[in-house]
Amino acid sequence: MQTLFGPPPESKPGLLDRFKKAMKSTRETLVTRVENLVQGKKEIDASVLEELEEILLGADVGMTTTQEVLDAVRLRVSRGQMSNSEDLKEVIKAELQRILESTENREISTANPPVVILVVGVNGTGKTTTIGKLAHLLSSQNKKVLLCAGDTFRAAAAEQLGIWGERTGCEVIHQKPGADPSAVLFDALTAAKSRNYDYVIADTAGRLHTKVNLMAELEKLRRTSDRVIPGSPHEVLLVMDATTGQNGLQQARLFTERSGVTGIVLTKLDGTAKGGVVLAIARELKLPIRYAGIGEQKDDLVAFDANRFIESLFS
Amino acid sequence: MFENLTGKLQQVFKKLRGEGKLTEENMSEVLRDIRMALLEADVNLQVVKQFTDQVRAKALGQDVLNSFSPAQQVIKIVRDELVELLGGSSSKLKFTSQSPTVIFLVGLQGAGKTTTVGKLARWLSKGGHHPLLVSVDVYRPAAREQLAVVAKDIGLPVFSDPSSNSPMDLAVAARNYARSKGHDVLLVDTAGRLHVDETLMTELVQLQSQLQPAEILFVADAMTGQDAIRSAEEFHRKLALTGVILTKLDGDARGGAALSIRNVTGQPIKFVGIGEKYDNLEIFHPDRMASRILGMGDMLTLIEKAGEVVSREQAEDMQRKLRQDGFSLEDFSEQIRQARKMGPLSQILSMLPSIGPFQAMKASDIDDRELVRVEAMISSMTLREKSSPQIINGSRRKRIARGSGTSVQEVNQLLKQFDQVRKMMRGAGARALLKRQMGKMKLPAMSQ
Ligand SMILES: Nc1nc2c(ncn2[C@@H]2O[C@H](COP(=O)(O)OP(=O)(O)O)[C@@H](O)[C@H]2O)c(=O)[nH]1
Ligand SMILES: [Mg+2]
Repeated sequence: MQTLFGPPPESKPGLLDRFKKAMKSTRETLVTRVENLVQGKKEIDASVLEELEEILLGADVGMTTTQEVLDAVRLRVSRGQMSNSEDLKEVIKAELQRILESTENREISTANPPVVILVVGVNGTGKTTTIGKLAHLLSSQNKKVLLCAGDTFRAAAAEQLGIWGERTGCEVIHQKPGADPSAVLFDALTAAKSRNYDYVIADTAGRLHTKVNLMAELEKLRRTSDRVIPGSPHEVLLVMDATTGQNGLQQARLFTERSGVTGIVLTKLDGTAKGGVVLAIARELKLPIRYAGIGEQKDDLVAFDANRFIESLFS
Repeated sequence: MFENLTGKLQQVFKKLRGEGKLTEENMSEVLRDIRMALLEADVNLQVVKQFTDQVRAKALGQDVLNSFSPAQQVIKIVRDELVELLGGSSSKLKFTSQSPTVIFLVGLQGAGKTTTVGKLARWLSKGGHHPLLVSVDVYRPAAREQLAVVAKDIGLPVFSDPSSNSPMDLAVAARNYARSKGHDVLLVDTAGRLHVDETLMTELVQLQSQLQPAEILFVADAMTGQDAIRSAEEFHRKLALTGVILTKLDGDARGGAALSIRNVTGQPIKFVGIGEKYDNLEIFHPDRMASRILGMGDMLTLIEKAGEVVSREQAEDMQRKLRQDGFSLEDFSEQIRQARKMGPLSQILSMLPSIGPFQAMKASDIDDRELVRVEAMISSMTLREKSSPQIINGSRRKRIARGSGTSVQEVNQLLKQFDQVRKMMRGAGARALLKRQMGKMKLPAMSQ
């Protein structure tokens, strides 16, 4: 899969295994679950579809997307194109894959560094931690990364990012608590330009998508960014917690509308939540899921793998 | 486009309203819609099943089928069941006879524990307590600094020892300190953790057996989906939670997690967080939450708030003016001022029923800054213009726009809106609607 940052982090040995482990809290996979589903049944009947529905709804996939998948299955069954569990597996997988791959995974132009990445999301989803992990990923590729402490609201937010800066050997630009986030961003971008940084990753305060004034602040950040470095921010990552339910779709809608989200980072997949709402997001907003957060350490970030994600929905 | 549970159930009941009576058939359709609405609201699948079964049993079992007004009866059953599931009446904090009373806040990462510690501390201190705060989050970068800043913001003491990295040592030292300084409550902010993290869950169990907290409050994000049931269940199994605090309820999440968590832990939801400020903490009222879910809005909270800023005389005066058609732009401006005293508009709006005149309004559409502009325009008008807006001609409009730093278009819009408001308030339908809603709610300020 294409990522912004050269080779996907997965190519590092060890991570693959941990991703697998993180995404497999029980031994059951899509294959076994679907096999159990149709075991002893000659054909795919209503009860099979009902259970399939429960699996998807229970993973936070949401009603609309779930119905779409079920409709595809029903259609095949009625046409007599599908009769056994083997077929069913394939159809479901293909259907989910189709949704995840329908996203617009555009190429990011990096002709003129620095690349500016704005990180947004509601409160507590893991924005700052994700920035720490991204900084680690990029500096391990010998990139020069500058961090911008754009969360001037939450208590000790700049200190938190500061510690990530130390951990990853990246410089952090910050101002006093309560400062205008755009002013901090302005400082960071100016510094990055004059000192030839490859990347600027800007943190922002968590905000509920329903707060009009706070969302307007994001628009201002975008304008500031574009003014200092035309065409930036190049990437706006919406960090979403895998425990989020159907509200995640509305979050994605409004953050996209107001801050031009270009991709999703799905965090906390090391828990038991599946994060299925990203399927609904991919379906409606065509936003690609770029990374998955699988822990609190600096290397707990992996490129999002659609296949494994789909498997994990059924585990 | 974005329908909430409220709107959804209302649609369900609107369908029923057309029917003469409840039949097995239309009941099953209603139940299917309720199921779907609850699932879309993030109520856990298992809880939904249980809930719809109960509603079915109650609705079909009784003489509802032949009742006069089936819709009303089903609404009542659904609402009663919701209140029941949400935990009957509201519940208070427990205090131990031996001081300090220890309160733990626990939960997943990012749920809002630290902010909530600050809110709870302020709430306790307003109630005459002398809380001490301590963070035993030695893991997340700057977690302890965060609590220190929070404590400073609210002007309450925090215990800290940067030289220690042991949650147990920190907690015990804080308790001893609280005891020696006469603090009657110790609020312990714990690190966020996954319920499947054996090591960290064991750490909590050990802290609990050492400190014997009177309350272990599970802090949960109102936006949580299906997984809420799993994390809450596991925290409860390990720690025997005593209560729940639901955070971020100021957003537009439908909050079905509340039902799930309550159901699986059996513990009361004691507080809800409704904003980022330290006084944005409210006691949880199951009846209000159920009403809100069902589309009756959180009228009681709104009324309490209104009671703080609008006197009874003011309200009655306004009523009289409305009736006599003497409602002027000055009054309009005064209403805006009073509304703004109640808090951000989006917050107020979230408490209103999503029916009638409020149906089309969404919290996200409302911008407090617009109100500032409206106030500016009205204050740029002369007394006569305010009482007889029909005299405001083109040149007056230009003057008002200049004086208030707005545009003529905006002035036009304001005048048009004001006219509509006046018509609406005069309209018999609107008044009847208001009366119906408010009569039911026993509006203290508005009843004659
Ligand atoms: N288990 C787990 N915890 C995470 C992950 N990402 C972030 N967190 C934790 O979630 C909490 C909130 O993260 P933070 O970065 O402060 O969120 P922000 O408010 O969005 O900046 C912290 O305790 C993080 O350690 C993840 O992928 N897995
Ligand atoms: Mg942060």
